[in-house]
Amino acid sequence: MNTEKSREILQILQHDSRTTAESIASMIGESVQDVKAGIERLENDGIIKHYSTTVDWEKAGVDKIVAFVDITVVPAREVGFDAIAMRIARHPEVRSAWLVSGGCDLSIMVEAATLKDLANFVAEKIATIDGVSGTNTQFLLRKYKEDNVLFHELEPDNRLVVSP
Amino acid sequence: MSVADNAKDPDLKGLSKTAAQLPQSGIRKFFEIASQMQNVISLGVGEPDFATPWTAREAAIYSIEKGQTTYTSNLGLIELRRELAKLIRRRYAVEYNPDGEILITTGVAQGLDLAARALLDIGDEVLIPEPCFVSYKPCVSLAGGVPVAVETNSSSNFQVATRALDDLVTPRTKAILIGHPSNPTGAVFEKETLMKIVDFACRHGLYIISDEIYDRLTYDGTHTMVAALPRAFERTITLNGFSKTYAMTGWRIGYACAPPEILNTMMKIHSYTMLSAPTPGQKAALDAVRRAEKDALAMAQEYRRRRNIIVNGCNSIGLDCALPGGSFYAFPSIRSSGLSSEQFAERLLYEEQVAVVPGGVFGLGGEGHVRMSYATDGELIKKALERMKRFVDNLSSSDVGMTAKAAR
Repeated sequence: MNTEKSREILQILQHDSRTTAESIASMIGESVQDVKAGIERLENDGIIKHYSTTVDWEKAGVDKIVAFVDITVVPAREVGFDAIAMRIARHPEVRSAWLVSGGCDLSIMVEAATLKDLANFVAEKIATIDGVSGTNTQFLLRKYKEDNVLFHELEPDNRLVVSP
Repeated sequence: MSVADNAKDPDLKGLSKTAAQLPQSGIRKFFEIASQMQNVISLGVGEPDFATPWTAREAAIYSIEKGQTTYTSNLGLIELRRELAKLIRRRYAVEYNPDGEILITTGVAQGLDLAARALLDIGDEVLIPEPCFVSYKPCVSLAGGVPVAVETNSSSNFQVATRALDDLVTPRTKAILIGHPSNPTGAVFEKETLMKIVDFACRHGLYIISDEIYDRLTYDGTHTMVAALPRAFERTITLNGFSKTYAMTGWRIGYACAPPEILNTMMKIHSYTMLSAPTPGQKAALDAVRRAEKDALAMAQEYRRRRNIIVNGCNSIGLDCALPGGSFYAFPSIRSSGLSSEQFAERLLYEEQVAVVPGGVFGLGGEGHVRMSYATDGELIKKALERMKRFVDNLSSSDVGMTAKAAR
């Protein structure tokens, strides 16, 4: 399968990871077998990392505390930011971790069940790492959009049922 | 006026005969039935299921906030005309002067009306390949012209045969009106077909009205702009717009391109009957053409995927369907059902709550087909196809289906 078709599979799956190989095959004009093999290769090559679901936890009645923590770091010789970044990222509380430009070096997204859990995690596990010179924690108040999905705008199909 | 005056004046004269003779749109009836029903999956919709790209919506909101709510020039916003001239030059290598060869219209529908009125005198004939968009014939009639249908068929992939044109041309023929890619068939006229149409028009001194609203929804190969073909420019009115490419149906913004003399005549009519296209819509269109290219491409790609699903689906349930090269309609044959296209559509709607449009309403060559729009969410298309499979299976086990099978 060529690169263009592989990229199209990635686009389709990123939009909806439940799209079946049969549907994808029909959409892009390849055989089901080739699509299955293509997806398997993308998984094995680590291009497809993971399949997940975008959930509105607030609507599900589950309270979760989410915070964005900006971290300034003193980079270490030879490993730069990577060693500290990985040390932080390995914690399951850390949902995402990025190296960024601007006022801080690392930016992470942390999730915990309670405010106390989250505060403890940042204070005890992040701020105390050698090389971390400062943290700035911002709590998430409301989600408007995640993974390209708007959270508060359900738009019904208003089109006429039949039109020319 | 008091209630007592309600009695009808027997001397009150009748309405326009031309208008009274216009047939009711065949689509109307299905709309009435379908909109009364619950749980309908509609494949009968002739517009995108996407909302207009946010950047364009936001631009219109901003323009309204700034109070830009006055008329524009009769021709339309000059910035928009300039962008369109650039776009056409880039895509099709055709030069239109934004100052006098491009007119912003209130949708292609109005462009069509202006073209007909600019070209036709009473009794002038216009050749129209069918099946075609439902407005073509009425627009010609309302301009005093006489629409002359040219039948095309699925067997020749809805291409126009020059022989058919030669048979129908008369000294009163003034123009040929084509739409490609086609609503309802999804067919794309091959370049060779278009060259023959241009050659035919040249031989008989005819104008060409070319509705190319679906040009950007061409899935295999590239669209051929008629005006770009040799000898076509001076006789061609190109109609296009924002509705399909940028999902902007409700804004009512289209455009017409033609040589100065034709365009000026269209503009004259436009200046009396419309003044100018809606200003917020023009602002949104300007932003769309500048910033929504990526959205347009993404939508086109999504349509292409759905097209493949719907065509494979139709063929797998026994409804022969050619792969349409453009627009967002599949036009499968339903002859194997033994039903007329109207019976098929009506029963499918009542029995399985799927709305499609009977091909017969689109003129000659449409009977025996139904139009299925794939401007609908992919999951819904799959669900509709499941229902249609059940419908077709039930038919073939009933009497009607058996007769049809025997007849095949």
